[in-house]
Amino acid sequence: MRPGSILIAAVTGLVWGVTAIVVIAVTLTLITGEVALPQATAAGVAGLASALVFVWRQSSEKSSGMPAWVWSAITLFLILMIGSFAAPFNLPIGIVPVWQGLALILFVLGATWATSVCLSGARLGPMSRYEREVVYIRVAKGIGFVVFTIIVALPFYVMVMTSLKSQQTLLANPLDLSIDFSQGLDGLLRSYVELFTQFNFGRYLLVSAYVSVATVVLTLLFSVPGAYAVSRLRFPGQAFLARSVLLIYMVPAIVLVIPLYAVFSQLGLRNTLTGLLVVYPATTIPVALYMLQGYFRGLPSELEEAGLMDGLSRVGVILKITLPLSLPALASVSLYVFMIAWNEFLFAFMFLDNPDIFTLSRGVVSLNSSEVPRQHLMAGAVIATVPVLVIFLWFERFLVQGLTAGSVKG
Amino acid sequence: MSAQNQQQDSSGPPKGIGPMQRREMWLAYLMLAPTFAIILIIVAGPLLANFWISVKPVQLADLRPPTVLVNERVRGKPAAAGDSAEIQYRLRNSSQDAEVRNVVLTDEVPEGFNVTALPEDCAMSGRDLTCTIGTVDPGWRERLKLEGTVTDAFLAANRPERASKPVIEGDADNILTNFDFSLENFRRIFSADEFWSVLRVTFYYTIFGTGGALVLGLFAAQLLHTTFVGRGFVRGLFLFPYVSPVIAVAFTWVVLFDPFSGTVNALLTKMGVVADPINFFGQRAIEYSLFGIPMEFPLALTTVIAFEAWRYFPLSFLFILARMQSINTDMYEAAEMDGATPLQQFWYLSLPQLMGILSVLFLLRFIWTFNKFDDIFLLTGGNAGTRTLTVDVYEQGFALSNLGAGAAVAVVVFVVLVTFATLFIRFSPKEEGL
Repeated sequence: MRPGSILIAAVTGLVWGVTAIVVIAVTLTLITGEVALPQATAAGVAGLASALVFVWRQSSEKSSGMPAWVWSAITLFLILMIGSFAAPFNLPIGIVPVWQGLALILFVLGATWATSVCLSGARLGPMSRYEREVVYIRVAKGIGFVVFTIIVALPFYVMVMTSLKSQQTLLANPLDLSIDFSQGLDGLLRSYVELFTQFNFGRYLLVSAYVSVATVVLTLLFSVPGAYAVSRLRFPGQAFLARSVLLIYMVPAIVLVIPLYAVFSQLGLRNTLTGLLVVYPATTIPVALYMLQGYFRGLPSELEEAGLMDGLSRVGVILKITLPLSLPALASVSLYVFMIAWNEFLFAFMFLDNPDIFTLSRGVVSLNSSEVPRQHLMAGAVIATVPVLVIFLWFERFLVQGLTAGSVKG
Repeated sequence: MSAQNQQQDSSGPPKGIGPMQRREMWLAYLMLAPTFAIILIIVAGPLLANFWISVKPVQLADLRPPTVLVNERVRGKPAAAGDSAEIQYRLRNSSQDAEVRNVVLTDEVPEGFNVTALPEDCAMSGRDLTCTIGTVDPGWRERLKLEGTVTDAFLAANRPERASKPVIEGDADNILTNFDFSLENFRRIFSADEFWSVLRVTFYYTIFGTGGALVLGLFAAQLLHTTFVGRGFVRGLFLFPYVSPVIAVAFTWVVLFDPFSGTVNALLTKMGVVADPINFFGQRAIEYSLFGIPMEFPLALTTVIAFEAWRYFPLSFLFILARMQSINTDMYEAAEMDGATPLQQFWYLSLPQLMGILSVLFLLRFIWTFNKFDDIFLLTGGNAGTRTLTVDVYEQGFALSNLGAGAAVAVVVFVVLVTFATLFIRFSPKEEGL
């Protein structure tokens, strides 16, 4: 049996009605702290009916002046209000009326818009397989957007909001993730102020920046000549090297930890930043070399040959021709290495005992104890995340190109 | 230039390598030398050292080799020049179960102290004192006393015995460098009951974590393969989980799913979805019955796998999207003309084109997920049935202080990894260039 447009419209409306009410009720709960119970059944029925109205009006739009989506929105609103006894979020009208009203408007508009986009072009009567699949894909993509956005954004939202709360309010109502402006800016940022004044986070920030930048510089110093040699110069074992360098990147860090711990302990390098600055570049050089050699191969070698003809040495060619041409690749490699070094946890955790030289990762771990309140932990997480996210958003284009250019052809 | 001359002179193509090529070769080796050096020292060396440690009964405490500790002080209270005093060296073997051989103490006797009586093992030459003590037993203690008289110079100085520190030399068995080997570590880890469950958890985690990240990535790539307002923003947002420090996102998940103060549990209980809060990261399994057969759902492991898929889907999403954007659109137009439906187009046109990058991503992610330590360690600490091999390395080596056993588990990790890599290289598609 082939599902006709009525069935498809009904399912689409039902899905969007339920999705929209759940998403909006949860959002309302998290913003206001009042438990908003989504009346999913009522919303589903309302969505179903409104979708049918939409398809019906769309089929006979010429006869009426009002566009189909207006009819659909009205139906949705009426049935929802009747079905939920005028309390779509199971909250009395008196509680947070502004937010409730806003949520209701958002629900009606959102569900109507999603339904009408998904069903645009659908007419009463049988649908072809092509038309049906178009609707399926629209619904799937729409749900996909909603789900992905929530699963990606929710943890970050919770992280930031928790860091702005106080211990009592967190325990009293874990759902209340609103910003309490009444306590003033000092009260809001209390956790951050304490981290910077009492927990030495300013220093950790500096140490992390120092370690990451130094790792980037060291990695480039090692990997640029290496990548150039692998991609441009001919020597026995070149092809083997170009392939095997990535294998190094497959070696698990945990296998290296025990021997490095043992040796660094005996050499006195363990509890030092020098130790970290030996290990970090060693783990990033292979991937940097791999990314760079992919880019160098793509550069026209005629330019370098011309440089050689005109009397430049190899080193001169690299410095004056190759490197200026590969600035985008250098930027993306630097960014990638910076991210690896900034986010690195295992070696920092194993090697560093002295709180004066903690990196941020190590510092945040030390907050994870029962004596330190949760909002401090989250504030630490925010402090560790913000710099790397800012840098990432700034250079995103480079990173995306650099990550994918080395390996993807075609 | 000389290479070209040679070519012109000889009748056939050049044999061997000419001077210019040789120079190029040496330049290449020179440019690669630093990279090689650091990788040998920090990657290859420790890899071998790990095998070495795995066949030795090394404890964490053994990293400090036994030695003789010394403490120097002045006895008797000399008040005026000519008073007698005593310099005492208190010696102690730091180890309770290992001897130290060829122990020699050297020191410089402080200015203004005239030695009158020496212990029998000691000899003076000028101000230099040398005491040859020989082999000392475990837990050995001893006092060496130098008797003598003091002068004004000694009295004037502030704590004159501190002017030079006594130096002790001695040989002790360093368990890390001797040639005693045993397979005790391996016997221990293989005979432990939990080892096989650890292995099973590792494979569950690796396979489902990799699969989850790939499927989510493929789906996300489909979403962003259309143009719309705010596409760049959404793409940036979708990359957040991958870019953020693992420490931040792992702790956020822990806080989010906390059974008492977590947002997710509060939502679930307040909205009546579940009666009691669920301890997502702490509960090993949920029991249920399917058609009367009792089954267990590994809850903590599933949550950890969900985290893995959540954190790493951006990487696969990025690569898949890049590949999709490079597919020629003519093909789709032709298919459209022939009446192919959207799902058919995806199944018969897009997916075959994506197979290459999907398999490469699968291999890479499989290996990296297998290697992953941080995520599980931070989320559950390897408790509640989530201990994988890598977490076991830490658990054995550092939590239980048995470095040797930890290294033995690390050897297992490495062997499994090499097996995978060999299989993958044999069956991997060549055209993707990885």
